[in-house]
Amino acid sequence: MNIHEYQGKSLLRANNVAVLEGVHCTSVEQALSAYDSLGSKVVAVKSQIHAGGRGKGTLYHPETREHVMDGGVKIAFSRDEVESYATNILGNILVTIQTGDEGKLVSNLYVEAGCDIAHEYYLALLVDRDNKSVLIMASTEGGMDIEDVAHNTPELIHKVVVDSNAGLLGFQKRDLGMALGLQGMALRSFGKMLSNMYTMFIQEDCAMVEINPLVRTGSDEIVALDSKISFDENAEFRHKNWDDLRDLSEEEDVEIRAKETGLSYVKLDGNIGCLVNGAGLAMATMDVIKLYGGEPANFLDVGGGADEEQVKTAFSIILEDPNVKGILVNIFGGIMRCDIIARGVIAATEALSLEVPLVVRLAGTNVDEGKAILAASTLNIHAADDLAEGAQKIVALIGGDE
Amino acid sequence: MSIWIEEDAKVLVQGITGKQGMFHADKMVEYGTKIVGGCTPGKGGQTVELQGKPFPVWHGMIEAIEATDADATVIYVPPPFAAEAIMEAADAFDTVKGEGVIVCITEGIPTLDMVKAVAYVENRPGVRLIGPNCPGIITPGATGGAKIGIMPGHIHAKGRIGIVSKSGTLTYEAVAQTMSIDEGQSTCIGIGGDPVNGTGFIDCLAAFQADPQTEAIIMIGEIGGNAEQEAAAWAADNVTKPIVGFVAGATAPPGKRMGHAGAIISGGKGTAEEKFEAFRAAGIACAMDPSELGKVLLESLKAVGLR
Repeated sequence: MNIHEYQGKSLLRANNVAVLEGVHCTSVEQALSAYDSLGSKVVAVKSQIHAGGRGKGTLYHPETREHVMDGGVKIAFSRDEVESYATNILGNILVTIQTGDEGKLVSNLYVEAGCDIAHEYYLALLVDRDNKSVLIMASTEGGMDIEDVAHNTPELIHKVVVDSNAGLLGFQKRDLGMALGLQGMALRSFGKMLSNMYTMFIQEDCAMVEINPLVRTGSDEIVALDSKISFDENAEFRHKNWDDLRDLSEEEDVEIRAKETGLSYVKLDGNIGCLVNGAGLAMATMDVIKLYGGEPANFLDVGGGADEEQVKTAFSIILEDPNVKGILVNIFGGIMRCDIIARGVIAATEALSLEVPLVVRLAGTNVDEGKAILAASTLNIHAADDLAEGAQKIVALIGGDE
Repeated sequence: MSIWIEEDAKVLVQGITGKQGMFHADKMVEYGTKIVGGCTPGKGGQTVELQGKPFPVWHGMIEAIEATDADATVIYVPPPFAAEAIMEAADAFDTVKGEGVIVCITEGIPTLDMVKAVAYVENRPGVRLIGPNCPGIITPGATGGAKIGIMPGHIHAKGRIGIVSKSGTLTYEAVAQTMSIDEGQSTCIGIGGDPVNGTGFIDCLAAFQADPQTEAIIMIGEIGGNAEQEAAAWAADNVTKPIVGFVAGATAPPGKRMGHAGAIISGGKGTAEEKFEAFRAAGIACAMDPSELGKVLLESLKAVGLR
């Protein structure tokens, strides 16, 4: 789960990590009063969306798609500039390298005081699957795309692996700070900041904290100029406050509804809907559809114990996508019984008066009963014995329509 | 032989009085797994009925292992308490007998809990953790066998193919593919789809290589991380038995989590294409479609004179 920069900064501030003064705004008027209250001649006017690459993004009008402004993060040197930037950002669509062409509607703005920057660094904390530990990464090359730094000059990225029993140790903070060329007061400031950030990472169940750039000011203070924080969704049960931080407009509405009914759904661009049990098999089903010349319209895992009602919900979610021209159901029954799935498929087909072709592949527990139920139905359901046959059939069936 | 779990392994069930725990304990007994009882804190001294027979329940794992000399435990404890259940089991196996296998089925355990639990298990070298968020491990017997987890037992048969996979239902698919060419399985392991887990691909490949019953291996990966690439490079130098591979997620878009917490392509890394390439470079025979695993396995067996 991702949160906005302004939310991340308030979390950092609460954990004694230095950030600049800033105000979250949702209107041009608020942006102007923020400028007045900050008392800083220079301010940053920053679009708040979850995707990265905001600074180099482009703003477009939401209906006409007319070009409005280059750059979703602007430095304003006057009250007038704040007004014009805020007007150009709020209510418009920001397209960045991470949003895709459709972009994201910007409804939130962060107006932040300026500061005197001596150097920009990169800092990230994340769970590293290779070391099975929290990894801290830092670089002197702040403000840049870190993937490029890792690719071109890997020696400029310094790493510290934290032992979960011992926690972050003094020498690790010192070594990392010195690797960044910090000394004296800046080194001490960095060490304190890193301790606080690590404590926050653990307490808040973060999945990633990325600060790019982290800056050293002219007076040797270490300040987080940006903040990209995501939480581990598995830990939601012990963080009641996450509900308030969640921006539902940043998530696909249908993906949220799927999650509420215990389904895992991701929309894709193709035209063959799929309904599968198990994440691995669901991915493999998409792959095989593509292998035989089709394009999957979605990832959908109904999980291990789906009932008739969930199968029905799954079908209705798939059919909401107007691109869907056919559906492939692929179930390998383990705990889930094929006869129950077969009944669910028939009930859903009838209830939703399904018009697109449907191919069903069943295997595993009670497969014979399941197939018999489908065969006895008068509905137009095509059976398949394995995944390849299922994929070939559905691709052929929708191919005939074009 | 088999790996880690013998056909007659004695198995405890943590969370045996819960809905999931009891349902699957019953299925395991039905399959022939030697379940010796279970643990639920606060319910020690009670019994649960599985397949019409009573099984004892203890409060804690130390007393349960002392009473039963169990070889393994399987965890069906809800996510908030599952990491602690893993650590309790690791401590108990280490204290009582110096060894044991922990299979954690639970899905949705916080990642930082697993960071702690995995470090705890790794400090106890005789203890092995499989999972979490996995279907478990099964060693089919000539009759019955040891099914420790949630997989459908009836699709398996004893044989010479070792299977390791990150995904549950894809493991079943692989099992069905071996059966389609009249081959059975030595041991099948689901290592789970979480970013931080216990036993990995390399542990499984090393054990299959050393196991005389296993003559060929199926390895199934998915997008995210680079465990598959590392395993392939390791296999090139250390595994002489034929390996057949598949990787799920070739069509997954970057940045989207595909069901499993670990199945996400980040920063352009961990793609299926990258993993297939690593497999091929290591001499692993790849199936591009899981329905062809049987066919590719048969060709690999023929190539080395095993068919």
